[in-house]
Amino acid sequence: MKGLSKDRLWSMAVLAPSVILIAVFVYGFIARSVYVSMTDWGNDPAQALALEPIIRWVGLANYQELFTGFLQGRFRQELVSTIFFTVFFILGCLGLGLGLALILDRNPKGEGLWRTIFLFPMSLSFIVTGTIWRWMLQPGGGVNQAPTLLGGQPSTFGWLSSTDALWKFDWNKLPLLTASVVGLVLIVLAVRAARSGDRTRTLVAAACAALLLGWALLIGPNVKLLPAPELHGFNLALIGIIIAAVWQMSGYTMALYLAGLRGIPEELREAARVDGANDLSLYRHVIFPLLAPISLSAMIVLGHISLKIFDLVYAMAGPDNISTSVPALNMYLTSFRQNQFALGAAIGTILLILVAFVIVPYLSSQFRSEEGHA
Amino acid sequence: MKKALLLAAALAVTTSASAAGKLEIFSWWSGDEGPALEALVKLYKAKYPTVAVDNATVSGGAGTNAKAVLKTRMLGGTPPDSFQAHAGQELIGTWVVAGRMEDLSSLFKSEGWDKAFPKDLLNLISTNGKPWSVPVNVHRSNVMWYNPAKLKAWGVTVPKTWPEFLKTCTTLKAKGVAAPLVVGENWTQQHLWESVMIGTLGAANWENLWAGKLKFTDPKVVAGFTTFGKVMDCANKDASGLSWQQASDRVIDGTSAFNVMGDWAAGYFATTKKLAPNTGFGWAPAPGTTKTFVMLADSFGLPKGAKNRTEAINWLKLMGSKAGQDAFNPLKGSIAARTDSDLSKYNTYGKSAAADWKSNKIVGSLVHGAVAPESFMSAFGAVIDQYVSSRNSAGAAAAAQQLAVRAGIGK
Amino acid sequence: MTATPAKAAAAPATPRRPVQPGRVVMYALLVLAALFFLVPVYLLLATALKSPDAISLATTWHWPAALNWASFSEAWGKIGGNMLNSLFLAVTATLLSALLGSLNGYALSKWKFRGANTLFALMLFGMFIPYQAVLIPLFQFIKELGLYGSIWGLILAHVVYGIPITTLIFRNFYADVPDALVEAATIDGAGFWQIYRLVIFPISIPGFVVVIIWQFTQVWNEFLFAATLTNTTSQPVTYALSQLAGGQAVSWNLPMAGAILAALPTLLVYILLGRYFVRGLLAGSVKG
Repeated sequence: MKGLSKDRLWSMAVLAPSVILIAVFVYGFIARSVYVSMTDWGNDPAQALALEPIIRWVGLANYQELFTGFLQGRFRQELVSTIFFTVFFILGCLGLGLGLALILDRNPKGEGLWRTIFLFPMSLSFIVTGTIWRWMLQPGGGVNQAPTLLGGQPSTFGWLSSTDALWKFDWNKLPLLTASVVGLVLIVLAVRAARSGDRTRTLVAAACAALLLGWALLIGPNVKLLPAPELHGFNLALIGIIIAAVWQMSGYTMALYLAGLRGIPEELREAARVDGANDLSLYRHVIFPLLAPISLSAMIVLGHISLKIFDLVYAMAGPDNISTSVPALNMYLTSFRQNQFALGAAIGTILLILVAFVIVPYLSSQFRSEEGHA
Repeated sequence: MKKALLLAAALAVTTSASAAGKLEIFSWWSGDEGPALEALVKLYKAKYPTVAVDNATVSGGAGTNAKAVLKTRMLGGTPPDSFQAHAGQELIGTWVVAGRMEDLSSLFKSEGWDKAFPKDLLNLISTNGKPWSVPVNVHRSNVMWYNPAKLKAWGVTVPKTWPEFLKTCTTLKAKGVAAPLVVGENWTQQHLWESVMIGTLGAANWENLWAGKLKFTDPKVVAGFTTFGKVMDCANKDASGLSWQQASDRVIDGTSAFNVMGDWAAGYFATTKKLAPNTGFGWAPAPGTTKTFVMLADSFGLPKGAKNRTEAINWLKLMGSKAGQDAFNPLKGSIAARTDSDLSKYNTYGKSAAADWKSNKIVGSLVHGAVAPESFMSAFGAVIDQYVSSRNSAGAAAAAQQLAVRAGIGK
Repeated sequence: MTATPAKAAAAPATPRRPVQPGRVVMYALLVLAALFFLVPVYLLLATALKSPDAISLATTWHWPAALNWASFSEAWGKIGGNMLNSLFLAVTATLLSALLGSLNGYALSKWKFRGANTLFALMLFGMFIPYQAVLIPLFQFIKELGLYGSIWGLILAHVVYGIPITTLIFRNFYADVPDALVEAATIDGAGFWQIYRLVIFPISIPGFVVVIIWQFTQVWNEFLFAATLTNTTSQPVTYALSQLAGGQAVSWNLPMAGAILAALPTLLVYILLGRYFVRGLLAGSVKG
């Protein structure tokens, strides 16, 4: 490390405006949002829109309202929807993207053209995509009319308007379900740690698992978040939105995978072939493991996009379609339509926490290794 | 004193803006409802030729999108000079309580509007005798639309009560009409709920509900929810994909037999679809509401801090005038809020509505902002949505009661 | 299914192969995928070019009998002003954030200090946050600055939230510039700014192209800030388009034509400069 030369001071001076802006606009605003989410701003209509509203501290009441309040069933469904949406959206993009990349990697004629076709939706706005797909998925139009082109009967699936849902579960069972799932994951971790001989880790994981599962079995069944059962599940109306989102974003994963495939040295493939690997095992044992880090990056980037998604839903299904709604949309409506600013800020904060779960470990793992030899 | 101040302020603005005035009006009237607004703007321009009128419209969702945009603008400190709001609690419960609107008492007095508008309407738009907005039209919410030729072909008549409607629904289903009733995106379902509830409770109990004298948890209201559920069983399954116009189209093409929609549908049938009243399309009060006129009115108010206050006041004067209302309403498909309008300018439907306006019991609409503040209404949508998916009448009623308490209804 | 084409292409180097079934399957899959991506475009064009009364759900798939180009002029009439707003917004915000990003990237990669990586990671977090989590304070702040409703408030928001990604792209770009180059310049007595001007900036053009394309596309396509921070006169095209489509749109040719207009600038950028676009895409996924 050199001393604080003039140049080094310059470099900090150059960074300063950006650092200050980020500090205010990201961290300052997040803190402010969290504060607002713990007040009652907007609960009293007379104060909500007053020039100098009287705002009181209410602690976690807004969060409690969102998770257990009688009136916030919409939010809870959205939370479930956004999880399902994220899972299927990521699976769709990874699957389609990988498939396309594998095909393009075999050097078909006109590769550039194919690539352009697969990638162009990436350059569009979600609003444009939403407008197009909204038209295509009209009840009785577009996609539903497609079978008639082949002489079939028009389909009647309610793409954006279906009110049916799959895999319904009672919200009251959520603590139980979460505890069980996390407990099982911990058991798996414990078993793996035991196999690799890491005793402390085995013990900690096993103890946590025992604690959680014990809770799930003994206390969990008696926990009731809501007075009455409330069913939430995967709304079929989301399928159309997932398809449109995959249409737009799978080009991105294709580009990532293609860059990854191109980065695998030919010698490696040759070597594997010389070792007698057939194509199937070449992919299984050489290529796919090399692509795994790319899948992880893609999952992170797609995951945070999908948790934040708002414009696509707004443009495709409108703000009032409860079956397709997501928390990001609800935040906008709660704040700027219902004037419940504190509740809106709470939804925003919950979204942030969801995204942070995905992003923070990723960022810290990316930079921890590097910091050592900076 | 206050009036003098207002006047002085008005004068100050006039002198500074007389060279090239500006006026920004904010509404959700676009598309089919655009021409009516255009007519008013044209009239305004004829009267004040130097003023450039900026007609800001935000379409969609019966004004719900516009209201969100309006909110960011008011909060952002750049209110439009005058904006559309449903007359009644929607404006009062949102903006008047927040101290963001100007009292229009002096304007009402100077224009003689305290006599031109019916008493019920004045009560609706005022608090403590102070009016807050100028109503430009009156719409009826409880109308059921049908295609007369199709009804004849199916051999059914227009049901008079909701139990009768359910019977008709069974008959129609047996004749292969899969969805005898058509509904659209979710506000149209709330609209239907309102007609079902008034048809079940009766007008007096409806008024009690909003005066806080009847609780939502009352068995009568719970029964109304249950009826609503049965009525929804007669409806199409792809509702949320349809705008109210697309839903109306289904009545005309015979996919469905009935649609409960406000009387702006008359304008859509007559003007856009070029159908003749009584033969191309027919109407009746929604079942159970025969002698009841569920009204809503569009009105314009004057936000504090409007940039072009004089122009905005001139705009309000025009909206409340006989000439203005008779230019606007025949095109909009509504009737004038004034009682002295020239009926010869109105179409068949308008004349029939104007007759009912004079003879019927008048109550306010919930969905369209007359009886409940926005804080109730915007959250009530979720109650209906949840009810439609769960069909839990008692739960929905309890939720509605909780909302009513929070919104301070009946206080 | 993947096994068949895999086997067939085992010897990709041999010229003039006979027709192989594997290649046929491969092309069939490509065509199928291309259909999935292009069918929406066909419907978009077909609907935009129909006259309002020729549009019906039953004939969605038919190519219009008479092309109705008026849809475009009518759509332009409704959203043309917003397109110009978007253009001004996107160009200004892009240039500002590209400049900031370049300087930041230079400072972070060539003048590393203790904690530079932590600082950078903290900045990067700003790229991933859901903007809903800052929307209310942002709105209040812009209002306090007196920028609410003007395009400058929106520009400010886009520049600030664009800093992480532009910094990231430039930092990775400059990381490939050999440190020896900078050190040699230091020995020659060049300072921070001279090195930037004489060594770094001249070789930054590809980096700028990538960043500008990426930022331009992002800003042009953004919706949430557009919906909350602007008023009627300063609304960008995404918001105007959502109004065109979200309304009581009975005539679908209009939103379709509007969608084409709103998509054209970014689409052109992508088709003309696709290579750099892909680079921006890849840079968007964090590499430490």
